[in-house]
Amino acid sequence: MIEAKHVSKWFDGQRILFDIDAKFDTGKTNLIIGQSGSGKTVFMKCLIGLLTPEEGEILYDGRRFRDLDTQQKRQLRTEIGMLFQGSALFDNETVLGNVMFPLKMFSPLSRAEQLERAHFCIKRVGLDHADDKYPSEISGGMQKRVAIARAIALNPKYLFCDEPNSGLDPRTSIMIDELLSDITHEYGITTIINTHDMNSVLGIGEHIVFINKGHCDWTGNDKNIFKSKSESLNDFVFASKLFREVKTFLEREYEAEESR
Amino acid sequence: MVVSSIKSFGRYCAFMAQVFRAPEKWREFLKQLVFEINKLGVDSIPLVIIISIFIGAVICIQMTINIVSPMIPSYSTGLATREILLLEFSCTMMSLILAGKVGSNISSEIGTMRVTEQIDAMEIMGLNAANFIVLPKIVGFVLFVPVLCVLSMFMGLIGGALVAKFTDMISMENYVFGIQSFFNEWYIWYAIIKTLFFAFIITSVASYYGFYVKGGSLEVGQASTRAVVSSSILILLADVILTKLLLQ
Repeated sequence: MIEAKHVSKWFDGQRILFDIDAKFDTGKTNLIIGQSGSGKTVFMKCLIGLLTPEEGEILYDGRRFRDLDTQQKRQLRTEIGMLFQGSALFDNETVLGNVMFPLKMFSPLSRAEQLERAHFCIKRVGLDHADDKYPSEISGGMQKRVAIARAIALNPKYLFCDEPNSGLDPRTSIMIDELLSDITHEYGITTIINTHDMNSVLGIGEHIVFINKGHCDWTGNDKNIFKSKSESLNDFVFASKLFREVKTFLEREYEAEESR
Repeated sequence: MVVSSIKSFGRYCAFMAQVFRAPEKWREFLKQLVFEINKLGVDSIPLVIIISIFIGAVICIQMTINIVSPMIPSYSTGLATREILLLEFSCTMMSLILAGKVGSNISSEIGTMRVTEQIDAMEIMGLNAANFIVLPKIVGFVLFVPVLCVLSMFMGLIGGALVAKFTDMISMENYVFGIQSFFNEWYIWYAIIKTLFFAFIITSVASYYGFYVKGGSLEVGQASTRAVVSSSILILLADVILTKLLLQ
C-alpha cells in the first residue's frame, strides 16, 4: 500500500498541491483522475519521489520515503516500475534491449536467466514477434506494451502509469487498460494510474482519487462515481455528451427502480 | 548575471560530482565506453583529416606569400607551418571545431533523452543517470582526443607538403627541411595536454546543458547552441591559462 499524508507542493511560490491525503491499495488498479493542469502529474511525481513535497509524507508499505537513506531509496526504486506518458523507451535499444535494461543493471540473474525473464515479459504483453525491432519501428500501442514489459521486468511491488492511453485509439486503450489490470491482479502489484480517460475510469477504476485544482475532492470507485454529489467531479465526468446521456439514462433507471 | 553564473557553476560542480562515481556495472560501462569512443572519436576522424589538410595547405601558402625577405631563409615556411599547427591549430582550433560537432551531438542527444523522459525512466529504476550516460562520453572522448590531435598535426603537415608538391611556391626539400628544423618535442606534449583539458570541457559542458533541458525540441536546440558557445569560450579561456602555465 502507498499512502500520501497531507502532501503539499509549491513551484516558484505558487501552490500546486493542497494537503492531499490518499491511500492506494495493494493488488488494485488505483486511478488518479483530474483535468489537465489539476496537479495529478505533480502528485504522481511526488509519490514516485521525482519531486519532493514541501509538506507531508509518502509511505511505501509503512516505509517513510523521506526517512530512507540513499541505499534504501535505491532498493525501493528497484521495487518500482513506471510507465511514462510517452513510453520513454531507449531509442538506441531494441525491444529486447529495453526490457533487458533493468535486468542488466539491477538483477543478480545470469545472462541466460535475464534473457529468459525478458522474453517472458515480452510474451506477457504479446510482443514476442517484435524482439529485434527498435522503438521507432513499432506503433504507439506497441511502444506502450514494451514499456509495460520493461516496467514489470524486475517484478515490481509498485507500478506507476502516467496517462497510459494518451495518443492511443479507443481499442488499443482498452487493451492497455486490460493488460495493466490483469498484471496488477496477477502479481499483486500496487498500481497507480494517472489518467483523464473516462473509459479507463469505468473499465478498471477499482479505487479512484479525483484531484481538482490541487485538492483531493473525491475518492471512490467505478461503481459509485456516477452517484457522486461532488460538483467538480460531476463537471469532469459529465464533460462529454456521451457521459451526460449515460447519466440521464442511469437517472431514469434509478427513478424507475424507485417507483417500482 | 553574476549570481546566475555562480549558480550555474555550482550546479555544474554538483552535476560533475554525480557523474564521477563508480559505475553501477563495470561491464555495461566498458560497453558504453567503446561505443562512445567510436561515436565521438572515431567518427570525427574524417572531419579532422579534411580540415587539417586544407588548413595545413592554407597556412603553408600564407607563410610563403607573407615571408618574402632575403633575410629570412626559405625553409622558414615549413618551420612556421609546423609551429602554427603544433602550437595552436591541432589543439585549440581543432577543439573549437570539435566543440561544434561533438558538443552539439552530446547536448542534443542527452537533451532529447531528458524531454522524452528517458532520463526520468533511468532515475526511477534507481540508476544514477548522470553517471551512466555522461561518464562514458567524457572518459571516451578524453581518451581518444590525443589521437585526433596527433592526426591533425600529421595531416596538417601533409597539407603543406601537398602545396610544396603541386605548386612552385616552395620546394619539397625546403619544406621538409623546415618542418624538421628546431623541433621541440615538448610542443607535441603541450598540444596533447591542452587537448585533454579541452576534451573535458567540450563533453562535460555539453552534457550539463543537455541534462538540465526543460521543455521540448525548441529548448533542446537552444541548449545545443548554448553548449557550443559556452564550451568555445571556456576553451579559449583555458587556452590562455594553459599556454601561460605550460610554455612559460
